[in-house]
Amino acid sequence: MSSKPKSFEENMQRLESIVRTMERGEASLDESLKLFREGTALVEACSKLLDDAELQIGKIVAGADGEPAEEAFRNDSND
Amino acid sequence: MSQQILTIGQINEYIRAKLDSDVLLSGVAVRGEISNYKIYPSGHHYFTLKDENSALKCVMFRGNAMRLKFRPENGMKVIAVGKISVYPRDGAYQLYCSTLTTDGVGDLHTAFEQLKAKLHKEGLFSPEHKKPLPPIPEKICIITSEAGAAVHDMLRIMAARFPLTKVLLLPVRVQGSEAPGEIVSAIHYANQYKLADVLIVGRGGGSIEDLWAFNDEQVARAIFASEIPVISAVGHEPDVTISDYVADVRAATPSNAAELVVPDQNSLRQSMDKSYQLMISVLSRKLQSERRQLNILKSSSALQGPTQYVHRQRQQLHLLTAKLISASQQIVSKKKQDFIAKTAKLDAMSPLKVISRGYAVVEADDGDLISSIKQTGVGNNIQVFLTDGTIHSTVTEILEGSL
Repeated sequence: MSSKPKSFEENMQRLESIVRTMERGEASLDESLKLFREGTALVEACSKLLDDAELQIGKIVAGADGEPAEEAFRNDSND
Repeated sequence: MSQQILTIGQINEYIRAKLDSDVLLSGVAVRGEISNYKIYPSGHHYFTLKDENSALKCVMFRGNAMRLKFRPENGMKVIAVGKISVYPRDGAYQLYCSTLTTDGVGDLHTAFEQLKAKLHKEGLFSPEHKKPLPPIPEKICIITSEAGAAVHDMLRIMAARFPLTKVLLLPVRVQGSEAPGEIVSAIHYANQYKLADVLIVGRGGGSIEDLWAFNDEQVARAIFASEIPVISAVGHEPDVTISDYVADVRAATPSNAAELVVPDQNSLRQSMDKSYQLMISVLSRKLQSERRQLNILKSSSALQGPTQYVHRQRQQLHLLTAKLISASQQIVSKKKQDFIAKTAKLDAMSPLKVISRGYAVVEADDGDLISSIKQTGVGNNIQVFLTDGTIHSTVTEILEGSL
């Protein structure tokens, strides 16, 4: 449902791909600058996603029709 | 006088009564090795217990046999508890066994080894069947007790490592007789509704009996059948259960599972920093190399050329300009001479020159030229232009006839 981790993973993969391309050294100066700008933007985006994230927790209960429904679940450390 | 002659039934009945009335024999525990184990269609189990010197026939009725925690096999050393009595029909006494437990190793352990061998043989543990875990899961479903430290430890660790994910708890009993059924249902439910990208199935530490649900055959089969990858997370590090063998990944403890299921954001950040540094170093290398190339080009004749070319062109331009000027000057001077000549001719024919030769220009008052006597009349004013001035006069007489 949440698309954030997926785009996080996609961002990381794109970043790796950019670094690999740049390291191959075949790109022109102009292309390298473009890749650098894109790579930097990805790093900032991913860092921000991590900074802003809060673990989402839910408890599944089966509804009357058997379909799953979500309830709040507090993560206390008391037993 | 005579000995009483009994029937077989009577003597057997006598023996039975004797044995049944004996306190020890009514509840006895006997140690021995199983042989001739047979299960009859009735569900009753028949076997012989023996040691080096002796043997004892045993029977375990269906009701008691159903509670066996393991499968008795020939050669097993066991402790049989029950009562000794006689089966009058055949006159043999036997141990009517109520419980059978393995001797020395423990029947739970035996059951564990038996099931492990069986499932291993079926291929449930084989590495080909193990599915890879998603590197960055969107949703994680934990199947465990909602009380207890295990789930809270897992959530705490996941929140610290990688909060960019969603965790769903499917609470189940994790010990007791209902536990295996609940765990199996939960695994099926999670698969049916595709609740997550990865499942964690487990519980905190405990005795072998506490962890027993995770050695259950149906639990193992449910884990194997799960299309969603399963991490088993049972007990402490040395505890290994059947679930651990059949799962896609084994975690030593629930906390370990939390470490395996999500990446650590610190190492992700570090790897991003490294990527950034790599990009910078590639870029600065590129800039340096481009700059060097530029300098090389600057000093090469190829680039000097244009300046010289321009210089040459400029020289050429000067030359041509000079030529143009001198040529045009010549033309001009020739033209000038022509002009002067023509002007001289014109000059000679100029009315002014004519006038200077004694001819006059006559005009009326309004400036119209008078070239005929018809253009004026007696009494009109006329102006006469001579070479050195103008005479205003009035016509007094007009006489026809040319000069």
